Amino acid sequence: MNHELTALYFMWKRELIRFTRSKSRVVGSLAMPFFFMAILGTSMNGIGSLPAGDGNYLEFIMPGILAMVLLFGSVFTGVIVIMDRQFGFLKETLVAPVSRTCIVLGKSLGGATTAVLQGLMMMGLAVALGASVDLAGLPVVIALMALISMAFVALGVAIGSVLEDMHGFQLIMNFLVMPMFFLSGALFPLSSAPEIVRMVSYIDPLTYAVEAMRFFLVGHSTMPIEISLGVLVLFFAATTTISTYLFNRIES
Amino acid sequence: MDIIELSGLTKKFGPLVAVDSVSLKIREGEIFGLLGPNGAGKTTAISMLVTMKKPTSGSACVNGFDIVKEPDGVRRSIGIVFQDPSLDEELTAYENLELHAAMYGIERKDRRDRILEVVRIVELEDRINDIVKTFSGGMRRRLEIARGLLHYPKILFLDEPTIGLDPQTRKHVWDYIKTLKVEHGITIVMTTHYMEEADSLCDRVAIIDNGKIIALDTPDALKDSLGGDIIIVRTPEPRKIEEAVKGIARKTKIDDGSISLSVAQADKKILKIMDIARERKIEVQAISMHKPTLDDVFLHYTGRNIREEAVSGKDAMRIRHNAWAGGRR
Ligand SMILES: Nc1ncnc2c1ncn2[C@@H]1O[C@H](COP(=O)(O)OP(=O)(O)OP(=O)(O)O)[C@@H](O)[C@H]1O
Ligand SMILES: [Mg+2]
Repeated sequence: MNHELTALYFMWKRELIRFTRSKSRVVGSLAMPFFFMAILGTSMNGIGSLPAGDGNYLEFIMPGILAMVLLFGSVFTGVIVIMDRQFGFLKETLVAPVSRTCIVLGKSLGGATTAVLQGLMMMGLAVALGASVDLAGLPVVIALMALISMAFVALGVAIGSVLEDMHGFQLIMNFLVMPMFFLSGALFPLSSAPEIVRMVSYIDPLTYAVEAMRFFLVGHSTMPIEISLGVLVLFFAATTTISTYLFNRIES
Repeated sequence: MDIIELSGLTKKFGPLVAVDSVSLKIREGEIFGLLGPNGAGKTTAISMLVTMKKPTSGSACVNGFDIVKEPDGVRRSIGIVFQDPSLDEELTAYENLELHAAMYGIERKDRRDRILEVVRIVELEDRINDIVKTFSGGMRRRLEIARGLLHYPKILFLDEPTIGLDPQTRKHVWDYIKTLKVEHGITIVMTTHYMEEADSLCDRVAIIDNGKIIALDTPDALKDSLGGDIIIVRTPEPRKIEEAVKGIARKTKIDDGSISLSVAQADKKILKIMDIARERKIEVQAISMHKPTLDDVFLHYTGRNIREEAVSGKDAMRIRHNAWAGGRR
């Protein structure tokens, strides 16, 4: 195997090893979405006009909750970049005779893989709560989850590349990631939201992720699937380019 | 043949000039030491040479590659052991080494053997599958050194390689550094606070203070430049001794109740001086001799003693602690 690809593979593997060793982190990151789904999904049933199917709120929010898990799991890869900087490991990768592009791609693929794994675990939990998932459609859903994760991992890496410490990341979480989640229509149908919220949600990339997830999981979305997929692909291309550029510029 | 060449290399952090227009050449195959107190600019100089920091001005070539224009060429030529921690603590020792081996292009079939070899040198065989988080500070340091030795680079940079190591391990590491030079022809650039380390290991030493090179030569030549060994004679009649040793001492210096003489080969001259003193009936209360160390060289050039500022195990703790304080979730 080519040396650059080997390096990429090992960076990917590193993320997976770290993932399997941080069980408490995984449990922690699944806990909030799970409670959202368990409490809202079972208690808000039939409250009103849901566009998805027969007003089953659990089925309505499951794709949104999955998108949330992907978002949080992906952006966390940015935290790893910051932690690598603080613990010094970043230096080791920065002076290695491997292109930084390879390193950042390996890291991103690793982060995306762990995000998709978390998404699948969440899906298992949703099924346990009574949601139904069409097994035949699963491969497509997994591919979509991979696309969403890659895009948001790159966003996390881009942020991690410019932030010096964890405090900055807290701000990002509060002022970017959380609003992204609440404005995406993950928890409520955008069609019943006020005009202003709906407008803002159109510039939220997660909206398109939620719409696409809903389309493939429940078979229903307010936005045409071509549009949501198209926006996701563009978003993915943009964040990947930016994160590669910013990671290449890191100076110790 | 010069394998590294710095010309006017400078790094500023705001108003602070950390590396101040340093020009020097390092020869292929030598062990080159950068010796200087805390904050002298050693790490900053190395960071530029390994392409981690960009120089403010000046330039440098490493193995023929310009550090600014051809960083990839530089990176392919070097290995480095950083002063500060740089391991992935969530991985095992083996996984850390394997990742490094892969990034440095060591063939899959050689990886395991090389890893086992370097781990043996730093005596961590029995901890190889443990997660680094569970290691002591010294064990982490050993693992980092093992990692630096893993691929045979053309040039190996060692920033305070033996900081925080026990004397026994330090000795092992010294021996291995020599082996690397002799058997693999690797050029080694190391920084250190330890005088004995610079003295016994380095072919040439540059003394650096406040970002400037103030002396550069072989350890012996540096020590000789002070005028040879020193004999101190305690006597109420220093003038008479001065008179008597004319032709033996190169330089004399009279203090209150004693005289110090700069001589070549103090161990032989000391007997001669005793004889002369007895002959001439000059009272001698005590006599001692002292071979100059790099400490004396540093003192000579800077008027300060490096040892007062030298890093001890405690400083190593400080460095590690800083890394931890910021990083703990
Ligand atoms: N990133 C930075 N920003 C600002 N100042 C810096 C930075 N890095 C180093 N310095 C300063 O540059 C000077 C040289 O630091 P450097 O780390 O090179 O010293 P050193 O010789 O390696 O010291 P030590 O023996 O303590 O490792 C110091 O005054 C230090 O405070
Ligand atoms: Mg230093």
